[in-house]
Order: sequence, then structure tokens, then C-alpha cells
Amino acid sequence: MSIDLKTIKHISKLSRISVDEQKAEKLAEDLSSIFEFIEKLNQLNTDKVEPLTSVAETSLKFRSDEVKSKNIREQIIKNSPEDNKDFFVVPKVVE
Amino acid sequence: MSEITNQSLTSLAQNIKDKKLSSEEITKAFIERSEKSKELNTYISEDFSNAIDKAKKFDQNPNLNLKLPGIPIAVKDLFCTQNVRTTAGSKILENFIPTYESTVTQNIWDEGAILLGKLNCDEFAMGSSNETSFYGNVQNPIDKGLVPGGSSGGSAAALSGKLTPITIGTDTGGSIRQPASFTGTVGLKPTYGSCSRYGIVAFASSLDQAGPMAQNVKDCALLQEVISTYDKKDSTSIDFKRNEFSKELTKDIKGKKIGIPKEYRVDGMPKEIEELWQKGIQYVKDCGAEIIDISLPNTSYALPTYYIVAPAEASSNLARYDGVKYGFRAKGENLIDMYEKTRSEGFGAEVQRRIMIGTYVLSSGYYDAYYLKAQKVRKLIKNDFDEAYKKVDAILTPSTPSSAFKIGEKKDDPVSMYLNDIFTVPVNLAGLPAISIPAGHDASGYPLGLQIIGKAFKEQEILNIAYAMEDKINFKNNITDWWIK
Repeated sequence: MSIDLKTIKHISKLSRISVDEQKAEKLAEDLSSIFEFIEKLNQLNTDKVEPLTSVAETSLKFRSDEVKSKNIREQIIKNSPEDNKDFFVVPKVVE
Repeated sequence: MSEITNQSLTSLAQNIKDKKLSSEEITKAFIERSEKSKELNTYISEDFSNAIDKAKKFDQNPNLNLKLPGIPIAVKDLFCTQNVRTTAGSKILENFIPTYESTVTQNIWDEGAILLGKLNCDEFAMGSSNETSFYGNVQNPIDKGLVPGGSSGGSAAALSGKLTPITIGTDTGGSIRQPASFTGTVGLKPTYGSCSRYGIVAFASSLDQAGPMAQNVKDCALLQEVISTYDKKDSTSIDFKRNEFSKELTKDIKGKKIGIPKEYRVDGMPKEIEELWQKGIQYVKDCGAEIIDISLPNTSYALPTYYIVAPAEASSNLARYDGVKYGFRAKGENLIDMYEKTRSEGFGAEVQRRIMIGTYVLSSGYYDAYYLKAQKVRKLIKNDFDEAYKKVDAILTPSTPSSAFKIGEKKDDPVSMYLNDIFTVPVNLAGLPAISIPAGHDASGYPLGLQIIGKAFKEQEILNIAYAMEDKINFKNNITDWWIK
């Protein structure tokens, strides 16, 4: 299957990754060859097969939602590219 | 110093216990060699002066009952280490300092080991040659200009170059076993759920597993014993009785049934790989095991399945890198523009490719055709193994379809790069354990590995088979230290 530029632009929007024309063309080429390779799966009839969602044959355990870390607010904020000491800062969203 | 760095983990630990060597002497020896080995580009972050302080502290009051007493270790930069930068090989995490420690590394420190530094890897573990790292190529100590494999390429190179006595990697589609094979070292990918994923930078959560890499099977068994624990912090960690792998290790594999899957004889496989496989078959026969021909009919569908499942999970896992809470941020005119530019400038080409594949196969209108289809084929692949394991105890295959290739050789052709993992990927899809051991050399003198795949939770079984084979193979790595001036 070939992936056209329009599709690339659509996926780039969904992925929140900006692409310029040149990059879009290269991606279209790469993704087309990858999807050609993936199409091989259509040779298999899987109508009666149950999808595998987890290899671990156990059910997920419940746990209570408790705070375990203490006083790491400052450390966490420190990793932020822009902060005002108390909050994460993002470009203005509301005018 | 080489008399220290050439030693196996087992021998270093014994020397510490016998008080013939101190942790400081050992730590300094590995640091000194690492300093002379910058050309290999194995380290992303060094933590050498802290390592020496920790070694001195260990020597003041050594606890000799620990399994890794005062042993210095460098680890893949995909494991979060508290207060030590963790990049996952990406620009987007260039300045990320974790506030917490991964369970696997914590287990290692709890047994007395000391962090040397963080090792290079493909960006977010997406790659088979270490060429997708933002921090540059890693050189394979085997020969200049050769890739060490990937994604745990820095780990494999540091181990075979004797810059660390043991190391850990992660394996989503072959990222421990393929680099182990390319560098003449031993690498184990444990059963899914055996090692905690807590604190490991996530790539594809249903496939990712941490595992040990070592110079020999015994060291590998000991490290697996340390890192494999049940962990409440990882909801897919499995609570089962874990063996004391190194103590229970035996070369007695008499009567074990070893399966040889005919589908692994792929078109265009070099003759020397086929010959190596035949030699491997002879070795296990010599150990008294029985060879049984088996079929894993859906093998050829494993890679296409993997290249839907892994990118789908990655696209979801990597949504967290938005330039807000941590990591790199690009300037943007508004919030969306900031997100888009941050991700475009912060991620490398292969990561962007995989996020976009994943986003596409999960997008409205394509989910059933790709993602659901892949999950169904994944079931068929797992069924193949379940069926085979009614007849055999383990399966023997080559680890990779070729020896290490040249830097740059496959970089521009993603599909040919993906084919590297043809023998390793089915194992991750089925959640099984598998080990790669060095088993011979090709015509250029580059190492080749054999893979032993086990039943779920039967790490001990494959370690035993590897241990018995290792004795017969008697592999020697030809490393000339070409990078040391």
C-alpha cells in the first residue's frame, strides 16, 4: 500500500509532529515501503482468532491509589523546561 | 589494570570476598579503561567520581554476603537512575534527572553494586544498530566501523570492550540478544513479567523486558537472579517462584528435548549461519540432549506483526513528551505549535517514523485492519510456540541472520534494518525467555550467536542448556583493543 502526502499530513497532525514538504515526502516513501511489508498479514485468515491482548495469563491486580513519594514537588518542577516555581508554564491558551 | 578488567563477575566477586581486591581498585581499573575508550562512544553520562566515593565507602565496611559486593556496573541509559541524568538516547530527554530509581537498578544497588555511568542506546530503544541515538554511533570493539547492534548497543560494546564487568539492557524485539550476538557476549531476555518495568523508559509495554548481559553464562545467571523480582509497582510483574539461577546452574542436560524449527531456515541466510546452527545442534547432542524437528508455521508473520504492535504502543507511550513537564521544549506561537515543534525537533527520524506508523494503525478506520489484525496474528504466533512446547523443552535457532554490519550500511533502508530481528521478535510477541550465546565466528572473524528459547518462566532450563553448550563451544572473542592508543 502506498501512503500519500495527504495521509502523512493527517498522521502528522494526529501525532503532533510538524513536518515540512521535504520531510513529508521522505516519510511517505519510508512508510509506503513499511506498509508494503506489513500487508503480508493479509495473506492470513484470522476470522476465527481471538486477539491476544496480553501474554501474561494473569489478570491485572487492583491496588489502592496512595501517595508514596514525599516532598518531591521541587525536584519534579525542576525538570520542567519552563516554570514559575509552583506551576508548569505553557504558552497562553485563553485570550 | 587489565588483569582486573579481564576478569569475569564471578571472579571479581570472589576476589573481593577473599579480600584480594578492593572495590576501589576494581572501580578505578574499569574507570581508567573507560577513560581510554572514549572512541567507542559507549557512555552517554559518566558518574565516575561518585563511583569512586561509593567504592571507598563500601571498602570501609564491606558486606561480603551480597551478590554483587562493591562491583562497578554501567547500565543502559533507558533505566531511570535517581539524580543521574537519563536520556533514553534522545534529545528530548537531554536534561532529564529522574526523581526515582528503576526497580531493576535498585535491585542491583541493593546487592552491593556501584553505578559507573549510563550507556548509549538507540533512541527510545528503537533501532538495531545504535545509529538512531542522539548521542552518536557506538563502535563495536570487535572492529572499527562496525555497529555493536542495538538497541542495547552501548551496553554490549562496554561489556565486550571490558569497560564494565556485566551490564543490563532491555529487549523489545531483540535489543539484548542481537547486540550480544554482534559483540560475542551473553544476553538473556527474560519471560515477560519476570523483571519489573518500573522506571524503565517505556517503548512498547506489552513487549519490553529488562535483562542481564555478561561475559559468560554463569555471570548472566547471577545477574538475572538479582534483577528478577516481583514488584507491586509494575502491574504486569508476575508473582512466581524465582530460581536461584546461579546456584542451580547445571551442565547436565541429558535427555532434554531441543526443537529445531524449520521456518528459521530463511531465504538468503549466509551459509556460515546455517553451519553454525548445525554445529550448535551437534553440541547439544554431544551433551546428551535429543533433537526434534518442529514447525512454527507463522514465523514469517512475526516481523510485520511486530511493526504494528510495537509502534502502536510506542505512539501512545511517547505522547507524554510534550515539552511541558520535562525535557526539551521548542518555541511555538501557541500551545499546539509548541507541541508540534517540540516533538519534531526533539525526536529523531526513526522515532518519528514509528510514532507515525503507530498513530496510523490506531487511527479511526484503520484500527481493525492493522492493529486488531496484528493482535490476532500475535495469538497465532503464541499458539505455534504452545504447540511446539508440547513436544520439546527448548528451541535452538541462530540469534541473527548475519554478523555485525558496517556503520551506515543499513541506515537508510528501514525494512532491511528491521529484518535483523527476524529470529528474535517472535520470542517477544509470545512473551518467552531466550538467551543468546556466542558460538563461533564468520569469515571476517566477527562473532555469531545462537539463541535458545525456553518455555515461559523456564529461564533456568535455557541457562542450563547455554551453560552446557558454552563448555563445548569454548568461544574466544578476538578483541585487539584497537581503540586504545
